[in-house]
Amino acid sequence: MVYLWSVLCFSGLTVALAIWLMISERLLVDYGVCKLDINAGEKPLEVDGGRTLLSTLYANEIFIPSACGGKGSCGHCKITVTAGGGPVLSTETPYLARKEIRSNLRLACQVKIREDIYVRIPSDLLNVRMFTSTVESIVDLTHDIKEIRLRLEEPDQISHRPGQYVQVQAPSLEEPVFRAYSISSPVYEPNLVELVVRLVPGGIGSTYLHDLQVGETVNFTGPYGEFVLTENPSVEIVCVGGGCGMAPMKNIIFTIYNKWPDRSCWLFFGCRTTKDIFYLEQFEKLAKKHTNFHVVYALSDKLDKNEKWAGETGFIHLEVDK
Amino acid sequence: MNETSAIVILLAAILTNNILLTNFLGICSFIACSGQIGTAVGLGTAVTFVLTMTTMINFAIYHLVLIPLGLDHLTFIIFIAVIAAFVQFVEMFVEKFSPKLYFALGIFLPLITVNCAILGASLFMIIRDYSFLQSVGFGFGAGIGWALAIILMAGLRQKMRYSNIPQPFQGVPIAMIVTCVLAMAFMGFAGMVSIQ
Repeated sequence: MVYLWSVLCFSGLTVALAIWLMISERLLVDYGVCKLDINAGEKPLEVDGGRTLLSTLYANEIFIPSACGGKGSCGHCKITVTAGGGPVLSTETPYLARKEIRSNLRLACQVKIREDIYVRIPSDLLNVRMFTSTVESIVDLTHDIKEIRLRLEEPDQISHRPGQYVQVQAPSLEEPVFRAYSISSPVYEPNLVELVVRLVPGGIGSTYLHDLQVGETVNFTGPYGEFVLTENPSVEIVCVGGGCGMAPMKNIIFTIYNKWPDRSCWLFFGCRTTKDIFYLEQFEKLAKKHTNFHVVYALSDKLDKNEKWAGETGFIHLEVDK
Repeated sequence: MNETSAIVILLAAILTNNILLTNFLGICSFIACSGQIGTAVGLGTAVTFVLTMTTMINFAIYHLVLIPLGLDHLTFIIFIAVIAAFVQFVEMFVEKFSPKLYFALGIFLPLITVNCAILGASLFMIIRDYSFLQSVGFGFGAGIGWALAIILMAGLRQKMRYSNIPQPFQGVPIAMIVTCVLAMAFMGFAGMVSIQ
């Protein structure tokens, strides 16, 4: 009997509290329809108030980069709010420099729409779309790095600048999360997005991508990023990196030699052992064709007895100094 | 029934039986939010308000629902549910009627849900067999006491920023040590009034 009463009493009270909260929410925090103005009239929207700026923009197919999914822990979703955003919250201050606060930068995931709001979004971000693609091929580059080629379905072309990245939607227990990966396929292959992914043990995004099979569907948004190749052909390009940091450099290098065959470019790539080397043959072939392209691969670990390596050794940043 | 007057309980809860410094409840938000006096005042106010209100609501639920039905074993879970719901309500209420206050302490309100001082005060009220008026006095006093402790701590930590602290003690360790010293200082009040 006492168990029945306990269950009844507890559920009754919980239901009563829930109803009380729902009624107060209806009465207290109803903001009605608010105006969301982007770039001074470029894209005026009518939206329901009460949600965060990030999720509202997302619902309207404007994809602001965010690695944490709106939890306020990555600080990527910075946009300019010129009016209607309220004061800067203490949850935002750790991610905003004083200069950024002065220029009205806010974290879109923390700003709640309560009134008409005026924001400025770089036109690059307005071009960001949601893409559907299918896995065309998966190649093991090393023991933990895979090259994954995605054939675009809807829309079937992507226009990006070399060095930019996409955010792949990976399913997780609660809700899908987005993880950022650089595009490694050159820009002259617009209906293909190639990613170079290193498996992070326990990582949501890399585990999902590594477990994919050919033919499966992958969704991502993009392109994002300000790390892009300068369009001035007289500027010499030096790429330094290691591991899956290869992705944007591969895109940049192949794009360069498609567009400016004589542009000067160096690639410094650091590996630990000969097992970590990948793409070397491709680049050597490219270097034979274009004399202004120079490839330097260096190994940082000591060579095993049965390993053969004629190239440089040591850490890659020291190699650049030479 | 406990015979102490509500005023005495209020004073005791602030000074001699400070919920933070003698019972060490609500330490996590105390350490986390005592960096600046402004923040500490905001959180202190919010805690005081929620503490007073939840002791009142929990008193009513305990004596009008749980005891008559013989369900006092549900005390913990029901108190927690009430506190969580009340904090949600306060958040909406403040947001609607005082946006300025909401922005000042809005983000600390959700933190209060998990502040053990709030649940602690409601449970002490039951253990010590307080009447309604005594409970209100205790809830309000415990809130003021908690606020006093965090504001003092924030003042000390603001000063500490300019002192030369040995590296292993920087940050939370020195905050813990200062809390201990603060608690010992509060023992000086011990002779004034006392509640069990």
